[in-house]
Amino acid sequence: MPETIADDSVGIVETQTAHFSEALILECGKTLDAYDIAFETYGELNADASNAILICHALSGDQHAAGYNSMDDKKAGWWDSAIGPGKAIDTNQFFVVCINNLGGCKGSSGPNTINPETGKYWGPDFPIVTVKDWTLCQYRFMLSLGIKHWCAVVGGSLGGMQVLQWTIDYPDLIKHAIVIAAAPKLSAQNIAFNEVARQSIMSDPDFCDGHYLEKNTVPRRGLMLARMLGHITYLSDDAMRDKFGRELREGKLNFGFDVDFQVESYLRYQGRSFVDRFDANTYLLMTKTLDYFDPASAYNDDLALALKQTDARFLVISFTSDWRFAPERSQEIVKSLLQAEKQLSYIEIDANQGHDAFLIPIPHYMNVFTSHMKTIANELPGMPS
Amino acid sequence: MSESKADLVMNGGDGLRADLAIIADWIKTDSKVLDLGCGDGTLLAYLRDKRNVLGYGLEISPFDVEDCVDKNINVIQADLNDGLKAYFTDNSFDCVIMSQTLQATEKPDELIEEMLRVGSEGIVTFPNMAHWRARLQLGLMGIMPVTKNLPNQWFNTPNVHLCTLNDFEVLCNKHRIEILQRTVVDHSHRKGSWLMNLFPNLLGEIAIYRFCRE
Repeated sequence: MPETIADDSVGIVETQTAHFSEALILECGKTLDAYDIAFETYGELNADASNAILICHALSGDQHAAGYNSMDDKKAGWWDSAIGPGKAIDTNQFFVVCINNLGGCKGSSGPNTINPETGKYWGPDFPIVTVKDWTLCQYRFMLSLGIKHWCAVVGGSLGGMQVLQWTIDYPDLIKHAIVIAAAPKLSAQNIAFNEVARQSIMSDPDFCDGHYLEKNTVPRRGLMLARMLGHITYLSDDAMRDKFGRELREGKLNFGFDVDFQVESYLRYQGRSFVDRFDANTYLLMTKTLDYFDPASAYNDDLALALKQTDARFLVISFTSDWRFAPERSQEIVKSLLQAEKQLSYIEIDANQGHDAFLIPIPHYMNVFTSHMKTIANELPGMPS
Repeated sequence: MSESKADLVMNGGDGLRADLAIIADWIKTDSKVLDLGCGDGTLLAYLRDKRNVLGYGLEISPFDVEDCVDKNINVIQADLNDGLKAYFTDNSFDCVIMSQTLQATEKPDELIEEMLRVGSEGIVTFPNMAHWRARLQLGLMGIMPVTKNLPNQWFNTPNVHLCTLNDFEVLCNKHRIEILQRTVVDHSHRKGSWLMNLFPNLLGEIAIYRFCRE
Protein backbone atom coordinates (compact mmCIF):
# COMPACT_ATOMS: atom_id res chain seq x y z
CA MET A 1 0.00 0.00 0.00
CA PRO A 2 1.38 3.45 -0.83
CA GLU A 3 1.29 5.34 2.46
CA THR A 4 1.71 8.60 0.66
CA ILE A 5 1.65 9.32 -3.03
CA ALA A 6 4.86 10.78 -4.41
CA ASP A 7 4.80 14.17 -6.14
CA ASP A 8 5.92 12.60 -9.40
CA SER A 9 3.15 9.97 -9.39
CA VAL A 10 -0.04 10.31 -11.41
CA GLY A 11 -1.75 9.38 -8.14
CA ILE A 12 -5.00 7.46 -7.92
CA VAL A 13 -6.32 6.53 -11.34
CA GLU A 14 -9.42 4.75 -12.46
CA THR A 15 -9.67 2.12 -15.16
CA GLN A 16 -12.50 2.96 -17.53
CA THR A 17 -14.20 0.80 -20.13
CA ALA A 18 -15.27 1.84 -23.61
CA HIS A 19 -17.81 -0.19 -25.55
CA PHE A 20 -17.49 -0.47 -29.33
CA SER A 21 -20.47 -1.71 -31.28
CA GLU A 22 -18.91 -1.41 -34.72
CA ALA A 23 -17.98 -4.88 -35.97
CA LEU A 24 -14.28 -5.69 -35.94
CA ILE A 25 -13.06 -7.99 -38.71
CA LEU A 26 -9.98 -9.75 -37.44
CA GLU A 27 -7.00 -10.97 -39.46
CA CYS A 28 -7.94 -14.57 -38.70
CA GLY A 29 -11.20 -13.99 -40.64
CA LYS A 30 -13.50 -13.99 -37.63
CA THR A 31 -15.61 -10.98 -36.68
CA LEU A 32 -16.34 -9.50 -33.28
CA ASP A 33 -19.72 -7.73 -33.50
CA ALA A 34 -18.97 -5.68 -30.43
CA TYR A 35 -16.19 -5.46 -27.88
CA ASP A 36 -15.04 -3.64 -24.77
CA ILE A 37 -11.73 -1.89 -24.25
CA ALA A 38 -10.46 -1.16 -20.75
CA PHE A 39 -8.21 1.87 -20.53
CA GLU A 40 -6.56 4.44 -18.33
CA THR A 41 -5.47 7.98 -19.13
CA TYR A 42 -3.04 10.31 -17.37
CA GLY A 43 -2.59 14.05 -17.91
CA GLU A 44 -4.80 16.38 -19.90
CA LEU A 45 -5.57 16.43 -23.60
CA ASN A 46 -4.67 19.89 -24.95
CA ALA A 47 -7.02 22.11 -26.96
CA ASP A 48 -6.04 20.84 -30.40
CA ALA A 49 -5.63 17.23 -29.23
CA SER A 50 -2.00 17.22 -30.34
CA ASN A 51 -0.35 15.94 -27.15
CA ALA A 52 -1.74 12.39 -26.96
CA ILE A 53 0.63 9.50 -26.42
CA LEU A 54 -0.35 5.86 -26.72
CA ILE A 55 1.46 3.42 -24.46
CA CYS A 56 1.42 -0.17 -25.77
CA HIS A 57 1.77 -2.93 -23.22
CA ALA A 58 3.80 -6.10 -23.46
CA LEU A 59 2.84 -9.77 -23.05
CA SER A 60 1.74 -9.70 -19.43
CA GLY A 61 0.97 -5.98 -19.19
CA ASP A 62 -2.34 -4.18 -19.06
CA GLN A 63 -3.94 -0.73 -19.11
CA HIS A 64 -2.68 0.13 -15.63
CA ALA A 65 0.64 1.66 -16.61
CA ALA A 66 1.06 4.26 -13.89
CA GLY A 67 -0.23 5.37 -10.50
CA TYR A 68 -2.48 3.40 -8.18
CA ASN A 69 -6.03 2.19 -8.62
CA SER A 70 -6.57 2.45 -4.86
CA MET A 71 -4.65 3.20 -1.72
CA ASP A 72 -4.67 -0.57 -1.10
CA ASP A 73 -2.51 -1.28 -4.17
CA LYS A 74 0.77 -2.94 -3.25
CA LYS A 75 2.51 -1.71 -6.38
CA ALA A 76 2.17 1.16 -8.83
CA GLY A 77 1.37 0.58 -12.52
CA TRP A 78 3.85 -1.42 -14.58
CA TRP A 79 5.64 1.59 -16.09
CA ASP A 80 5.29 4.03 -13.22
CA SER A 81 9.05 4.66 -13.43
CA ALA A 82 8.59 6.40 -16.78
CA ILE A 83 5.12 7.98 -16.62
CA GLY A 84 4.16 10.84 -14.31
CA PRO A 85 4.59 14.55 -13.67
CA GLY A 86 8.23 15.40 -14.46
CA LYS A 87 9.07 11.85 -15.51
CA ALA A 88 10.31 10.80 -18.96
CA ILE A 89 6.75 10.72 -20.27
CA ASP A 90 5.73 13.89 -18.51
CA THR A 91 2.03 13.98 -17.72
CA ASN A 92 2.28 17.75 -17.26
CA GLN A 93 2.97 17.92 -21.00
CA PHE A 94 1.30 14.88 -22.50
CA PHE A 95 -2.06 13.17 -22.42
CA VAL A 96 -1.12 9.53 -21.93
CA VAL A 97 -3.41 6.68 -22.96
CA CYS A 98 -2.93 3.01 -22.21
CA ILE A 99 -5.44 0.35 -23.20
CA ASN A 100 -5.74 -3.31 -22.34
CA ASN A 101 -5.35 -5.01 -25.70
CA LEU A 102 -8.12 -7.10 -27.12
CA GLY A 103 -7.78 -10.66 -25.83
CA GLY A 104 -6.36 -9.36 -22.56
CA CYS A 105 -7.71 -10.28 -19.17
CA LYS A 106 -8.02 -6.94 -17.39
CA GLY A 107 -11.39 -5.71 -18.58
CA SER A 108 -11.13 -5.69 -22.37
CA SER A 109 -12.99 -8.36 -24.32
CA GLY A 110 -10.98 -11.53 -24.04
CA PRO A 111 -11.12 -15.19 -23.07
CA ASN A 112 -12.15 -14.41 -19.48
CA THR A 113 -15.17 -12.34 -20.55
CA ILE A 114 -18.61 -13.54 -21.61
CA ASN A 115 -19.29 -14.38 -25.24
CA PRO A 116 -22.65 -12.65 -25.87
CA GLU A 117 -23.66 -15.35 -28.36
CA THR A 118 -23.37 -18.21 -25.88
CA GLY A 119 -23.71 -16.46 -22.55
CA LYS A 120 -20.64 -18.39 -21.42
CA TYR A 121 -16.97 -17.47 -21.04
CA TRP A 122 -15.18 -17.14 -24.35
CA GLY A 123 -12.37 -19.32 -23.04
CA PRO A 124 -10.39 -20.97 -25.82
CA ASP A 125 -12.95 -19.82 -28.42
CA PHE A 126 -11.88 -16.20 -28.28
CA PRO A 127 -10.36 -15.55 -31.70
CA ILE A 128 -6.60 -15.34 -31.99
CA VAL A 129 -5.79 -11.66 -32.45
CA THR A 130 -2.75 -10.18 -34.15
CA VAL A 131 -0.72 -7.03 -33.57
CA LYS A 132 -2.45 -5.61 -36.66
CA ASP A 133 -5.84 -6.27 -35.04
CA TRP A 134 -4.61 -4.42 -32.00
CA THR A 135 -3.48 -1.35 -33.93
CA LEU A 136 -6.91 -1.28 -35.61
CA CYS A 137 -8.56 -1.34 -32.17
CA GLN A 138 -6.17 1.34 -30.95
CA TYR A 139 -6.92 3.44 -34.03
CA ARG A 140 -10.67 3.26 -33.41
CA PHE A 141 -10.07 3.99 -29.76
CA MET A 142 -8.00 7.05 -30.70
CA LEU A 143 -10.83 8.42 -32.86
CA SER A 144 -13.34 7.77 -30.09
CA LEU A 145 -11.34 10.13 -27.85
CA GLY A 146 -11.47 12.86 -30.50
CA ILE A 147 -7.77 12.46 -31.26
CA LYS A 148 -6.72 12.64 -34.93
CA HIS A 149 -3.17 11.44 -34.52
CA TRP A 150 -0.80 10.27 -31.82
CA CYS A 151 1.98 12.63 -30.89
CA ALA A 152 3.89 9.45 -30.02
CA VAL A 153 3.32 5.74 -29.71
CA VAL A 154 5.60 4.11 -27.16
CA GLY A 155 6.17 0.52 -26.11
CA GLY A 156 8.65 -2.09 -24.98
CA SER A 157 8.93 -5.72 -26.10
CA LEU A 158 5.57 -6.76 -27.60
CA GLY A 159 4.61 -3.12 -27.00
CA GLY A 160 7.46 -2.02 -29.26
CA MET A 161 6.12 -4.33 -31.97
CA GLN A 162 2.78 -2.52 -31.81
CA VAL A 163 4.65 0.76 -32.28
CA LEU A 164 6.29 -0.61 -35.44
CA GLN A 165 2.91 -1.83 -36.70
CA TRP A 166 1.48 1.64 -36.11
CA THR A 167 4.08 3.26 -38.35
CA ILE A 168 3.21 0.73 -41.06
CA ASP A 169 -0.60 0.68 -40.80
CA TYR A 170 -1.21 4.36 -40.01
CA PRO A 171 1.94 6.05 -41.28
CA ASP A 172 0.45 9.57 -41.15
CA LEU A 173 -1.15 9.27 -37.74
CA ILE A 174 1.97 8.83 -35.64
CA LYS A 175 4.58 11.57 -35.27
CA HIS A 176 7.03 9.77 -33.05
CA ALA A 177 7.69 6.06 -32.63
CA ILE A 178 9.57 4.82 -29.59
CA VAL A 179 10.47 1.17 -29.96
CA ILE A 180 12.14 -0.36 -26.91
CA ALA A 181 13.65 -3.85 -26.51
CA ALA A 182 11.69 -5.16 -29.49
CA ALA A 183 12.31 -7.18 -32.65
CA PRO A 184 10.96 -7.07 -36.20
CA LYS A 185 9.74 -10.66 -35.75
CA LEU A 186 10.34 -13.59 -33.45
CA SER A 187 13.23 -15.99 -33.94
CA ALA A 188 12.81 -19.77 -33.88
CA GLN A 189 14.23 -19.71 -30.35
CA ASN A 190 11.66 -17.11 -29.23
CA ILE A 191 8.84 -19.22 -30.70
CA ALA A 192 10.29 -22.33 -29.06
CA PHE A 193 10.14 -20.72 -25.61
CA ASN A 194 6.55 -19.64 -26.27
CA GLU A 195 5.64 -23.17 -27.33
CA VAL A 196 7.04 -24.68 -24.12
CA ALA A 197 5.05 -22.11 -22.15
CA ARG A 198 1.87 -23.00 -24.04
CA GLN A 199 2.46 -26.74 -23.64
CA SER A 200 2.94 -26.36 -19.91
CA ILE A 201 -0.43 -24.59 -19.65
CA MET A 202 -2.29 -26.95 -21.99
CA SER A 203 -0.91 -30.10 -20.35
CA ASP A 204 -2.20 -29.06 -16.92
CA PRO A 205 -5.21 -31.32 -16.16
CA ASP A 206 -7.01 -28.25 -14.80
CA PHE A 207 -6.76 -26.59 -18.21
CA CYS A 208 -9.89 -28.55 -19.31
CA ASP A 209 -9.23 -27.73 -22.97
CA GLY A 210 -9.42 -24.06 -22.08
CA HIS A 211 -12.85 -24.26 -20.44
CA TYR A 212 -11.47 -24.09 -16.90
CA LEU A 213 -13.52 -21.01 -15.90
CA GLU A 214 -16.73 -22.90 -16.71
CA LYS A 215 -15.51 -25.62 -14.41
CA ASN A 216 -14.53 -23.21 -11.68
CA THR A 217 -10.89 -24.05 -11.78
CA VAL A 218 -7.60 -22.59 -13.03
CA PRO A 219 -4.57 -24.34 -14.58
CA ARG A 220 -2.38 -23.00 -11.80
CA ARG A 221 0.58 -25.31 -12.27
CA GLY A 222 0.70 -24.83 -16.02
CA LEU A 223 0.45 -21.06 -15.91
CA MET A 224 2.97 -20.94 -13.10
CA LEU A 225 5.45 -23.02 -15.13
CA ALA A 226 4.89 -20.81 -18.19
CA ARG A 227 5.65 -17.71 -16.14
CA MET A 228 8.71 -19.31 -14.52
CA LEU A 229 10.07 -20.11 -17.96
CA GLY A 230 9.27 -16.61 -19.15
CA HIS A 231 11.09 -15.11 -16.19
CA ILE A 232 14.26 -16.99 -17.03
CA THR A 233 14.22 -15.37 -20.46
CA TYR A 234 13.57 -11.90 -19.00
CA LEU A 235 16.69 -11.96 -16.85
CA SER A 236 20.29 -12.25 -17.96
CA ASP A 237 22.74 -14.82 -16.64
CA ASP A 238 24.62 -11.98 -14.90
CA ALA A 239 21.46 -10.51 -13.41
CA MET A 240 20.53 -13.89 -11.92
CA ARG A 241 24.06 -14.35 -10.61
CA ASP A 242 24.00 -10.88 -9.03
CA LYS A 243 20.53 -11.34 -7.59
CA PHE A 244 20.75 -14.92 -6.32
CA GLY A 245 24.14 -16.45 -6.99
CA ARG A 246 23.96 -19.95 -5.51
CA GLU A 247 22.58 -18.63 -2.27
CA LEU A 248 20.71 -21.25 -0.26
CA ARG A 249 17.32 -20.45 1.13
CA GLU A 250 17.85 -22.21 4.44
CA GLY A 251 21.63 -22.00 4.49
CA LYS A 252 22.03 -25.75 3.80
CA LEU A 253 21.27 -28.35 1.17
CA ASN A 254 18.14 -30.37 1.88
CA PHE A 255 18.87 -33.32 -0.40
CA GLY A 256 15.35 -33.24 -1.75
CA PHE A 257 13.35 -31.74 -4.59
CA ASP A 258 11.96 -28.85 -2.65
CA VAL A 259 13.48 -25.38 -2.83
CA ASP A 260 17.19 -25.29 -1.99
CA PHE A 261 18.36 -22.24 -3.86
CA GLN A 262 17.02 -18.69 -3.67
CA VAL A 263 16.55 -18.60 -7.42
CA GLU A 264 14.08 -21.50 -7.17
CA SER A 265 12.18 -19.69 -4.48
CA TYR A 266 12.10 -16.53 -6.59
CA LEU A 267 10.80 -18.32 -9.68
CA ARG A 268 8.12 -20.15 -7.71
CA TYR A 269 7.03 -16.86 -6.13
CA GLN A 270 6.89 -15.12 -9.53
CA GLY A 271 4.95 -18.03 -10.99
CA ARG A 272 2.46 -18.21 -8.13
CA SER A 273 1.75 -14.50 -7.98
CA PHE A 274 1.24 -14.42 -11.75
CA VAL A 275 -1.49 -17.05 -11.55
CA ASP A 276 -3.50 -14.75 -9.30
CA ARG A 277 -3.43 -11.88 -11.74
CA PHE A 278 -3.41 -13.40 -15.21
CA ASP A 279 -5.57 -15.63 -17.36
CA ALA A 280 -4.08 -18.75 -18.93
CA ASN A 281 -6.04 -18.42 -22.20
CA THR A 282 -4.86 -14.84 -22.56
CA TYR A 283 -1.29 -16.06 -22.05
CA LEU A 284 -1.77 -18.63 -24.80
CA LEU A 285 -3.31 -16.05 -27.08
CA MET A 286 -0.70 -13.36 -26.52
CA THR A 287 2.19 -15.74 -27.11
CA LYS A 288 0.58 -16.61 -30.45
CA THR A 289 0.20 -12.91 -31.22
CA LEU A 290 3.93 -12.61 -30.62
CA ASP A 291 4.75 -15.62 -32.79
CA TYR A 292 2.64 -14.33 -35.69
CA PHE A 293 4.12 -10.83 -35.66
CA ASP A 294 6.04 -10.26 -38.87
CA PRO A 295 4.94 -6.98 -40.48
CA ALA A 296 7.53 -7.21 -43.27
CA SER A 297 5.90 -10.39 -44.58
CA ALA A 298 3.19 -8.28 -46.23
CA TYR A 299 5.96 -6.32 -48.03
CA ASN A 300 8.03 -9.09 -49.65
CA ASP A 301 9.88 -9.53 -46.35
CA ASP A 302 11.32 -6.07 -46.87
CA LEU A 303 11.03 -4.18 -43.58
CA ALA A 304 12.48 -1.02 -45.14
CA LEU A 305 9.68 -1.09 -47.69
CA ALA A 306 7.12 -1.66 -44.93
CA LEU A 307 8.43 1.39 -43.06
CA LYS A 308 8.80 3.59 -46.12
CA GLN A 309 5.46 5.40 -45.91
CA THR A 310 5.76 6.88 -42.46
CA ASP A 311 7.16 10.29 -41.58
CA ALA A 312 7.42 9.32 -37.94
CA ARG A 313 10.66 10.01 -36.16
CA PHE A 314 12.02 6.90 -34.41
CA LEU A 315 13.82 6.27 -31.17
CA VAL A 316 14.97 2.66 -30.96
CA ILE A 317 16.43 1.42 -27.68
CA SER A 318 17.99 -1.93 -26.80
CA PHE A 319 19.82 -3.34 -23.78
CA THR A 320 23.17 -5.11 -24.00
CA SER A 321 22.28 -8.11 -21.83
CA ASP A 322 18.80 -8.67 -23.30
CA TRP A 323 18.88 -12.07 -24.94
CA ARG A 324 15.14 -12.42 -25.48
CA PHE A 325 15.15 -9.51 -27.96
CA ALA A 326 18.88 -8.85 -28.20
CA PRO A 327 20.40 -5.59 -29.51
CA GLU A 328 20.98 -7.35 -32.85
CA ARG A 329 17.19 -7.58 -33.26
CA SER A 330 16.80 -3.83 -32.70
CA GLN A 331 19.69 -3.28 -35.10
CA GLU A 332 17.66 -5.05 -37.80
CA ILE A 333 14.98 -2.42 -37.29
CA VAL A 334 17.59 0.35 -37.37
CA LYS A 335 19.11 -0.95 -40.61
CA SER A 336 15.69 -0.96 -42.27
CA LEU A 337 14.99 2.55 -41.01
CA LEU A 338 18.32 3.77 -42.38
CA GLN A 339 17.57 2.13 -45.68
CA ALA A 340 14.21 3.91 -45.74
CA GLU A 341 16.00 7.20 -44.84
CA LYS A 342 13.92 7.79 -41.72
CA GLN A 343 14.76 10.17 -38.92
CA LEU A 344 15.98 8.00 -36.09
CA SER A 345 18.17 7.55 -33.09
CA TYR A 346 19.33 4.18 -31.84
CA ILE A 347 20.59 3.79 -28.30
CA GLU A 348 22.16 0.65 -26.93
CA ILE A 349 21.97 0.84 -23.15
CA ASP A 350 24.72 -0.91 -21.22
CA ALA A 351 22.60 -2.86 -18.73
CA ASN A 352 22.93 -6.25 -17.06
CA GLN A 353 19.25 -6.76 -16.18
CA GLY A 354 18.36 -8.59 -19.38
CA HIS A 355 15.03 -8.02 -21.14
CA ASP A 356 13.53 -6.66 -17.91
CA ALA A 357 15.85 -3.65 -18.19
CA PHE A 358 13.25 -1.82 -20.26
CA LEU A 359 11.12 -1.38 -17.15
CA ILE A 360 14.02 -0.31 -14.93
CA PRO A 361 14.96 3.39 -14.62
CA ILE A 362 18.63 3.00 -15.65
CA PRO A 363 20.22 6.50 -15.67
CA HIS A 364 21.53 6.58 -19.29
CA TYR A 365 18.24 5.07 -20.50
CA MET A 366 16.12 7.59 -18.59
CA ASN A 367 18.36 10.52 -19.64
CA VAL A 368 18.00 9.66 -23.31
CA PHE A 369 14.28 8.92 -22.98
CA THR A 370 13.62 12.15 -21.06
CA SER A 371 15.67 14.28 -23.48
CA HIS A 372 13.89 12.76 -26.44
CA MET A 373 10.45 13.30 -24.92
CA LYS A 374 11.40 16.94 -24.22
CA THR A 375 12.22 17.48 -27.89
CA ILE A 376 8.78 16.05 -28.68
CA ALA A 377 7.11 18.31 -26.10
CA ASN A 378 8.90 21.30 -27.64
CA GLU A 379 7.09 20.64 -30.91
CA LEU A 380 3.69 21.05 -29.24
CA PRO A 381 1.79 24.29 -29.83
CA GLY A 382 2.55 26.98 -27.32
CA MET A 383 5.96 25.54 -26.53
CA PRO A 384 9.20 27.41 -27.23
CA SER A 385 10.70 26.03 -30.45
CA MET B 1 43.60 19.43 -55.66
CA SER B 2 42.47 22.97 -55.00
CA GLU B 3 42.72 25.28 -52.06
CA SER B 4 39.92 27.64 -52.85
CA LYS B 5 39.71 31.21 -51.60
CA ALA B 6 36.66 30.38 -49.56
CA ASP B 7 38.68 27.90 -47.55
CA LEU B 8 41.02 30.60 -46.40
CA VAL B 9 38.34 32.92 -45.12
CA MET B 10 38.03 32.91 -41.35
CA ASN B 11 34.70 31.56 -40.36
CA GLY B 12 32.84 33.57 -37.80
CA GLY B 13 29.38 34.38 -36.61
CA ASP B 14 27.99 30.87 -36.44
CA GLY B 15 30.04 29.92 -33.42
CA LEU B 16 31.19 26.74 -35.11
CA ARG B 17 34.80 25.65 -34.46
CA ALA B 18 36.85 26.63 -37.52
CA ASP B 19 37.70 23.07 -38.61
CA LEU B 20 34.01 22.17 -38.43
CA ALA B 21 33.15 25.40 -40.28
CA ILE B 22 35.52 24.36 -43.07
CA ILE B 23 33.87 20.94 -43.26
CA ALA B 24 30.45 22.60 -43.27
CA ASP B 25 31.57 24.79 -46.17
CA TRP B 26 32.44 21.67 -48.13
CA ILE B 27 29.05 20.03 -47.62
CA LYS B 28 26.43 20.62 -50.28
CA THR B 29 22.96 21.86 -49.36
CA ASP B 30 20.26 19.14 -49.22
CA SER B 31 22.87 16.36 -49.24
CA LYS B 32 22.95 13.20 -47.11
CA VAL B 33 25.80 13.03 -44.65
CA LEU B 34 27.19 10.50 -42.19
CA ASP B 35 29.38 11.77 -39.35
CA LEU B 36 31.59 9.05 -37.83
CA GLY B 37 32.31 9.80 -34.19
CA CYS B 38 29.89 12.73 -34.28
CA GLY B 39 30.54 13.72 -30.65
CA ASP B 40 27.83 15.94 -29.21
CA GLY B 41 26.30 16.45 -32.66
CA THR B 42 27.35 20.10 -33.11
CA LEU B 43 28.32 19.69 -36.77
CA LEU B 44 25.23 17.64 -37.66
CA ALA B 45 22.93 20.15 -35.95
CA TYR B 46 24.60 22.94 -37.92
CA LEU B 47 24.33 21.06 -41.21
CA ARG B 48 20.68 20.26 -40.56
CA ASP B 49 19.77 23.85 -39.62
CA LYS B 50 21.90 25.74 -42.18
CA ARG B 51 22.32 23.33 -45.06
CA ASN B 52 19.10 21.29 -44.83
CA VAL B 53 21.25 18.17 -44.69
CA LEU B 54 19.83 14.74 -43.88
CA GLY B 55 22.49 13.72 -41.39
CA TYR B 56 23.24 10.68 -39.29
CA GLY B 57 25.91 10.32 -36.64
CA LEU B 58 27.71 7.33 -35.22
CA GLU B 59 28.87 7.75 -31.64
CA ILE B 60 29.85 5.35 -28.86
CA SER B 61 30.05 7.65 -25.81
CA PRO B 62 26.81 7.59 -23.79
CA PHE B 63 27.29 11.23 -22.76
CA ASP B 64 27.76 12.44 -26.32
CA VAL B 65 24.79 10.35 -27.46
CA GLU B 66 22.63 12.02 -24.81
CA ASP B 67 23.73 15.42 -26.14
CA CYS B 68 22.84 14.34 -29.68
CA VAL B 69 19.37 13.21 -28.60
CA ASP B 70 19.02 16.55 -26.84
CA LYS B 71 19.77 18.31 -30.14
CA ASN B 72 17.34 16.04 -31.99
CA ILE B 73 20.20 14.63 -34.08
CA ASN B 74 19.90 11.25 -35.80
CA VAL B 75 22.46 9.31 -33.79
CA ILE B 76 23.31 5.64 -33.73
CA GLN B 77 25.13 4.42 -30.67
CA ALA B 78 27.77 2.13 -32.07
CA ASP B 79 31.49 1.59 -32.29
CA LEU B 80 32.64 2.97 -35.61
CA ASN B 81 34.91 0.09 -36.50
CA ASP B 82 31.93 -2.31 -36.53
CA GLY B 83 29.10 0.18 -36.92
CA LEU B 84 30.00 1.34 -40.40
CA LYS B 85 30.03 -2.23 -41.70
CA ALA B 86 26.96 -3.32 -39.77
CA TYR B 87 24.53 -0.53 -40.62
CA PHE B 88 25.30 1.11 -43.91
CA THR B 89 24.83 -0.06 -47.46
CA ASP B 90 27.03 0.87 -50.44
CA ASN B 91 26.73 4.41 -51.84
CA SER B 92 24.05 5.44 -49.38
CA PHE B 93 25.57 8.84 -48.50
CA ASP B 94 26.82 11.87 -50.40
CA CYS B 95 29.55 12.42 -47.87
CA VAL B 96 31.04 10.56 -44.90
CA ILE B 97 32.85 12.73 -42.34
CA MET B 98 35.37 11.64 -39.74
CA SER B 99 36.65 14.51 -37.63
CA GLN B 100 39.69 14.06 -35.34
CA THR B 101 39.14 10.32 -35.07
CA LEU B 102 41.17 8.67 -37.84
CA GLN B 103 44.35 8.56 -35.75
CA ALA B 104 42.57 6.70 -32.94
CA THR B 105 41.08 3.95 -35.11
CA GLU B 106 42.31 0.37 -35.39
CA LYS B 107 42.73 0.25 -39.15
CA PRO B 108 42.63 3.73 -40.68
CA ASP B 109 43.31 2.44 -44.20
CA GLU B 110 40.36 0.06 -44.11
CA LEU B 111 38.17 2.71 -42.53
CA ILE B 112 38.90 5.16 -45.35
CA GLU B 113 37.98 2.43 -47.83
CA GLU B 114 34.76 1.86 -45.87
CA MET B 115 33.99 5.59 -45.95
CA LEU B 116 34.17 5.52 -49.73
CA ARG B 117 32.12 2.34 -49.93
CA VAL B 118 29.28 4.04 -48.04
CA GLY B 119 29.69 7.60 -49.37
CA SER B 120 30.64 9.12 -52.68
CA GLU B 121 32.98 11.52 -50.86
CA GLY B 122 34.88 11.46 -47.60
CA ILE B 123 36.15 14.20 -45.31
CA VAL B 124 38.74 13.52 -42.61
CA THR B 125 40.55 15.74 -40.17
CA PHE B 126 43.57 14.63 -38.13
CA PRO B 127 46.46 16.12 -36.16
CA ASN B 128 49.58 16.55 -38.27
CA MET B 129 52.51 14.67 -36.73
CA ALA B 130 54.95 16.66 -38.91
CA HIS B 131 54.05 20.04 -37.43
CA TRP B 132 57.25 21.86 -36.47
CA ARG B 133 56.58 21.62 -32.72
CA ALA B 134 56.23 17.85 -32.98
CA ARG B 135 59.36 17.70 -35.16
CA LEU B 136 61.26 19.79 -32.61
CA GLN B 137 60.35 17.51 -29.75
CA LEU B 138 61.18 14.30 -31.56
CA GLY B 139 64.07 15.59 -33.70
CA LEU B 140 65.96 17.75 -31.24
CA MET B 141 64.74 16.76 -27.80
CA GLY B 142 64.37 13.09 -28.68
CA ILE B 143 61.01 12.69 -26.98
CA MET B 144 57.58 11.68 -28.28
CA PRO B 145 55.73 14.88 -29.10
CA VAL B 146 53.20 16.21 -26.61
CA THR B 147 51.40 19.28 -27.94
CA LYS B 148 48.09 21.04 -27.45
CA ASN B 149 46.77 18.88 -30.25
CA LEU B 150 48.38 15.70 -29.01
CA PRO B 151 48.12 16.17 -25.26
CA ASN B 152 48.65 12.56 -24.24
CA GLN B 153 51.89 10.83 -23.26
CA TRP B 154 53.07 7.91 -25.40
CA PHE B 155 51.83 5.39 -22.83
CA ASN B 156 48.27 6.65 -22.50
CA THR B 157 47.49 8.07 -25.91
CA PRO B 158 44.40 6.84 -27.76
CA ASN B 159 46.14 7.96 -30.95
CA VAL B 160 47.65 4.72 -32.17
CA HIS B 161 47.92 5.65 -35.84
CA LEU B 162 49.37 9.13 -36.10
CA CYS B 163 50.45 10.40 -39.49
CA THR B 164 51.53 13.47 -41.42
CA LEU B 165 49.99 15.21 -44.40
CA ASN B 166 52.57 13.55 -46.64
CA ASP B 167 51.82 10.10 -45.17
CA PHE B 168 48.10 10.56 -45.72
CA GLU B 169 48.60 11.61 -49.32
CA VAL B 170 50.83 8.60 -49.99
CA LEU B 171 48.11 6.33 -48.59
CA CYS B 172 45.47 8.00 -50.78
CA ASN B 173 47.68 7.57 -53.81
CA LYS B 174 48.21 3.88 -53.03
CA HIS B 175 44.47 3.31 -52.56
CA ARG B 176 43.64 5.23 -55.76
CA ILE B 177 41.85 7.94 -53.81
CA GLU B 178 41.67 11.40 -55.31
CA ILE B 179 42.14 14.35 -52.97
CA LEU B 180 39.59 17.02 -53.85
CA GLN B 181 40.43 19.64 -51.25
CA ARG B 182 43.00 20.13 -48.52
CA THR B 183 43.42 22.74 -45.86
CA VAL B 184 45.15 23.14 -42.50
CA VAL B 185 44.32 24.95 -39.28
CA ASP B 186 46.28 25.66 -36.10
CA HIS B 187 45.67 24.13 -32.68
CA SER B 188 43.00 26.70 -31.85
CA HIS B 189 41.31 25.54 -35.04
CA ARG B 190 41.97 28.94 -36.60
CA LYS B 191 42.30 28.97 -40.34
CA GLY B 192 45.85 29.04 -41.53
CA SER B 193 47.85 32.05 -42.69
CA TRP B 194 49.23 32.12 -46.25
CA LEU B 195 52.49 30.84 -44.83
CA MET B 196 50.79 27.86 -43.19
CA ASN B 197 49.13 27.03 -46.46
CA LEU B 198 52.43 27.35 -48.28
CA PHE B 199 54.09 24.83 -45.95
CA PRO B 200 51.13 22.85 -44.62
CA ASN B 201 53.09 19.78 -43.54
CA LEU B 202 55.44 21.93 -41.45
CA LEU B 203 53.11 24.61 -40.12
CA GLY B 204 49.66 23.05 -40.19
CA GLU B 205 48.54 21.49 -36.92
CA ILE B 206 45.27 19.95 -38.07
CA ALA B 207 44.81 18.66 -41.61
CA ILE B 208 41.42 18.60 -43.33
CA TYR B 209 40.93 16.59 -46.50
CA ARG B 210 38.03 15.99 -48.85
CA PHE B 211 38.47 13.02 -51.15
CA CYS B 212 36.72 10.58 -53.44
CA ARG B 213 37.43 7.44 -55.45
CA GLU B 214 39.75 8.14 -58.41
